[in-house]
Amino acid sequence: MNPSLQIDANGQLQHFLTVEGLPKETLLSILDTAESFTSVTERDVKKVPLLRGKTVANLFFESSTRTRTTFELAAKRLSADVLNIPTSVSATTKGESLLDTLRNLQAMHIDMFVVRHGQSGAAHFIAQQVAPHIGVINAGDGRHAHPTQAMLDVFTIRRHKPDFGALTIAIVGDILHSRVARSQIHALNTLLAGELRVIAPKTLLPAAVESLGVRVFHRLEEGLKNADVVIMLRLQRERMQGGHLPSEHEYYQQYGLTAQRLAAAKPDVLVMHPGPINRGVEMSSAVADGPQSVILEQVSHGIAIRMAVMSMTMQKNAAENTAA
Amino acid sequence: MTSTDPLTQSDTRSALENLYRCLQDHLSIHQITNPVIIGIHTGGAWVAQALAEKMAQDLPMPIGLLDISFYRDDFSRIGINPEVRPSSIPFEIDDQHVILVDDVLHTGRTIRAALNEIFDYGRPASVILAVLVERNGRQLPISADCVGQRITLAPQQHIKLSGPAPLAMEIVSV
Repeated sequence: MNPSLQIDANGQLQHFLTVEGLPKETLLSILDTAESFTSVTERDVKKVPLLRGKTVANLFFESSTRTRTTFELAAKRLSADVLNIPTSVSATTKGESLLDTLRNLQAMHIDMFVVRHGQSGAAHFIAQQVAPHIGVINAGDGRHAHPTQAMLDVFTIRRHKPDFGALTIAIVGDILHSRVARSQIHALNTLLAGELRVIAPKTLLPAAVESLGVRVFHRLEEGLKNADVVIMLRLQRERMQGGHLPSEHEYYQQYGLTAQRLAAAKPDVLVMHPGPINRGVEMSSAVADGPQSVILEQVSHGIAIRMAVMSMTMQKNAAENTAA
Repeated sequence: MTSTDPLTQSDTRSALENLYRCLQDHLSIHQITNPVIIGIHTGGAWVAQALAEKMAQDLPMPIGLLDISFYRDDFSRIGINPEVRPSSIPFEIDDQHVILVDDVLHTGRTIRAALNEIFDYGRPASVILAVLVERNGRQLPISADCVGQRITLAPQQHIKLSGPAPLAMEIVSV
């Protein structure tokens, strides 16, 4: 991907499409900005006037509750107006092309598109098509990337264990179909995390996964040894077409995170999951609700991270206005 | 920056002393016995800290920190401040007498933003504006209740405060 599509000549974020290729300073500035937004959500009035008068369109071509809701809340807390456009009821089902949908929305003076799409590269395509003042944020495209999820995960880790270089982080489960895992690996490598591991059956690993800079384990107990952070992934049943797994029951037998297995990790290990959790498939309820779990914190942090990215991508208008 | 004209250390000390005395008088005239103090990041926070320390014996008060970056009126022109940090108001604002502290009162826009942010935390009983230096150049109808020192400067001149200890002011031309 052309990196200048995301970052302008002044190093400012134009669009947020993927973590891959973004410099460490940009990732740190997203984390720091998000940190400053956390105090907003603890007040009586959970709103700042930063994006007052801007309009954000949530374009979700795939279903989502958590991501869409937190993007909507983030936009509202920045005082932007939000349009939710569920595509199941939109004109695309009447045969309108994606480009025509975009052009129509642009004619309504939308300032930002938040896009989720089943096709890898969809948000990137949209970013290339829109007028220069519009910001595009990728809320998940196919198997490719889910950059705000990765950043909120990294943010959650940093709040508990800020010394990334000292950490062993294990990502467990369906790496093959997971845009979340790909974005997490890129973010953690850019931030120089100590050791990155992936733990999965061979059928759920992409080819040449080692080239992403991870150690590969096929046995859960082995991979969890001395881990500081364990990130569980959701089994993406909707993306699986046969042959990947014998059964969910058998998956849980081998890869389900139970309290007993978690004992192999460090005593203060963090357990994370991007949601939605399949209880009894990826992990036991005892672990999901247990003292090591920071799963609900991840959800709260999602709002702060999305506020940060949204306000940062709107700055390019700022630079252009000054020049004008 | 082309030239600097340092104010002496004792100028800064006497400005702080003046501000402290003015505040004591103001609080006693208005019979305020349990105020809270909020400094605007960064210079205002240093001054608030110094004032709170001076007052600690007679009148201990909780300190808050305000970063008004998200309330500035020039976001659409200059973007987000890269050094923004969380505001921290570790007490209730409702019905409190708030001493709002900044280092320099110039255009008044920072104070406008700070007042907006304070009201998003709650409804204070009153807000008292205390500034170490008041200079010319107001663009909004805002004035301070207590001032450490008044200075008239040319438009290209600014006051720069360094700190937190010791606090030192200098006049900088840009």
